[in-house]
Amino acid sequence: MRYFRKEKIIELFLQWTASLSIVIVICIFVFIFKEAVPFAKHPGLGELFSTRWMPTSPQKESFGLVPLVTGSFVVTVLAMLLTIPFGVGAAVYISELAAPVEREILKPFIEVLAGIPSVVIGFFGLMVLVPFVKSCFGLATGLTAFSGAVLLALMAIPTVTSISEDSLRSVPRSYKEASLALGASRLRTIWRVTVPAALPGIMAAVMLGTGRVIGETMAVMMVTGNAAIITFWPFDSVRTMTATIAAEMGEVAFGSDHYRALFCVGVVLLLATFGLNVAAQKVLSRYRMG
Amino acid sequence: MSGKFSQKAMCWLMRLTAYFVVLVVGFIVFEIIWHGARAISWEFLFSMPRRSGAEGGIFPAIVGTFLLVAGSIAVAFPLGVATAIYLSEYARQGRFTHAVRVAIATLAGIPSIVFGLFGLGLFVIFLGWGCSIMSGCATLACMILPTIIVSSEESLRAVPQSLREGSLALGATKWQTIWSNVLPYSVGGMLTGLILAIGRVAGETAPILLTVAAFYLPKLPRSMSDQVMALPYHLYVLSTQHPDTAAVLPKAYGTALVLLILVLGVGLAAIIMRIHVRKKYKW
Repeated sequence: MRYFRKEKIIELFLQWTASLSIVIVICIFVFIFKEAVPFAKHPGLGELFSTRWMPTSPQKESFGLVPLVTGSFVVTVLAMLLTIPFGVGAAVYISELAAPVEREILKPFIEVLAGIPSVVIGFFGLMVLVPFVKSCFGLATGLTAFSGAVLLALMAIPTVTSISEDSLRSVPRSYKEASLALGASRLRTIWRVTVPAALPGIMAAVMLGTGRVIGETMAVMMVTGNAAIITFWPFDSVRTMTATIAAEMGEVAFGSDHYRALFCVGVVLLLATFGLNVAAQKVLSRYRMG
Repeated sequence: MSGKFSQKAMCWLMRLTAYFVVLVVGFIVFEIIWHGARAISWEFLFSMPRRSGAEGGIFPAIVGTFLLVAGSIAVAFPLGVATAIYLSEYARQGRFTHAVRVAIATLAGIPSIVFGLFGLGLFVIFLGWGCSIMSGCATLACMILPTIIVSSEESLRAVPQSLREGSLALGATKWQTIWSNVLPYSVGGMLTGLILAIGRVAGETAPILLTVAAFYLPKLPRSMSDQVMALPYHLYVLSTQHPDTAAVLPKAYGTALVLLILVLGVGLAAIIMRIHVRKKYKW
């Protein structure tokens, strides 16, 4: 009887700690929204759709999120255009074509890339990439959306590669054997059989990589120039949502409109990454079922 | 014949993408080591910064990073392991378990700057801890919780079912079984996950920016409610916020190198540990 009670207490305790994850997620949503919601009352939600982000202008402050959203959008799209060929290409090579020895050498490098802190990558970008972009394209400054996208691609490649590789690896061997037995070449088998079979996993990898890119802060803040203008040209300076929060939160007065506006930016970020994650998990779980 | 040629070309193209990534990694690491090695000295590592970082060392930043890592791990590791034990040993398929799993996946995907905002809203302002080591550790702990849970659960699940059955058949209770026949064999895998989490915390900048980090504070913290400097934030300040960026460049490279060595050293330890564990327990 004594044992039974002790066992029950332990199980309840473990269950309680497990529920903590749920509590933390709820707390995150509650506290981000709690600080953001008063903005709807005073300057009003319409303010967020204005096209200018000038939170400290002495004449008229304006808190339009449009330049920040387009900034994040441009950087993210460019970064994913770079990430997908390299990330998926490397994954296909590592899982399907590389010799075992080669694989053992390549994989740790990808893991190292995942481990380099974003601020170090940003620093590297500032020292090497930004001057290079400036002189290579003959620009006035190398602090552009393109520079940010290149660094973000570097950070997203490990995510995309490792998840894509997992899903390529889990394609049943019999599929490949059947294709090879029918006379298809190795490469044709990869393109027509293995990759299509692993496609849901690759898609999920790309979505998770996109989530990582949207949420990245430090490297982007260091190399994109942080000009809050609406542009879709890769060689302009842009200001992303994450960089705005990181750069301005230190200087705002607690409870001011500007402070609330930054939490509104946080809400947009939170919802965007949450949506991407849910979608990715859906794709992954459906794939596992079938 | 052209088919054969294009096959070869495609194969090489893929090989190039993989090796290009390797090349870039090598270049980054080399660049930081090449320029950073000259800045590193005994004085740089163990003395206080002077003239807002232009002279002197980075000792308080090293101490700060160490405290943040230790504090956040001390909170997150027990909680993460307990959650993993629940998920792998006790949880039955159902609403609650599903909700926990969704929560963990959600936590893993939330951007670090949003964790910073959350820490600011909850710990710094709502709980009134202010910008302090406590707030920073709590924020970082929430951030690395999913990493620890996922890796611990994996290592628990890797323990063969027969070990549990053997123990239960001999009359041990469930907890006795877990404590003496499951945990000892999964501890290696858990530590690997822990080491990876340490690397992540040490390099993270955005959350501590809002909850703990001091711009320039040439003294050591006295209590958990003080602010501290931290290596990643120090690097950010030196390379972008400092009035005389060119003059502090060697210091910035030195800081980057110390941070890189710390994070990659920790990562290397994890890889060695993983190999060791795999060798020791082959089921």
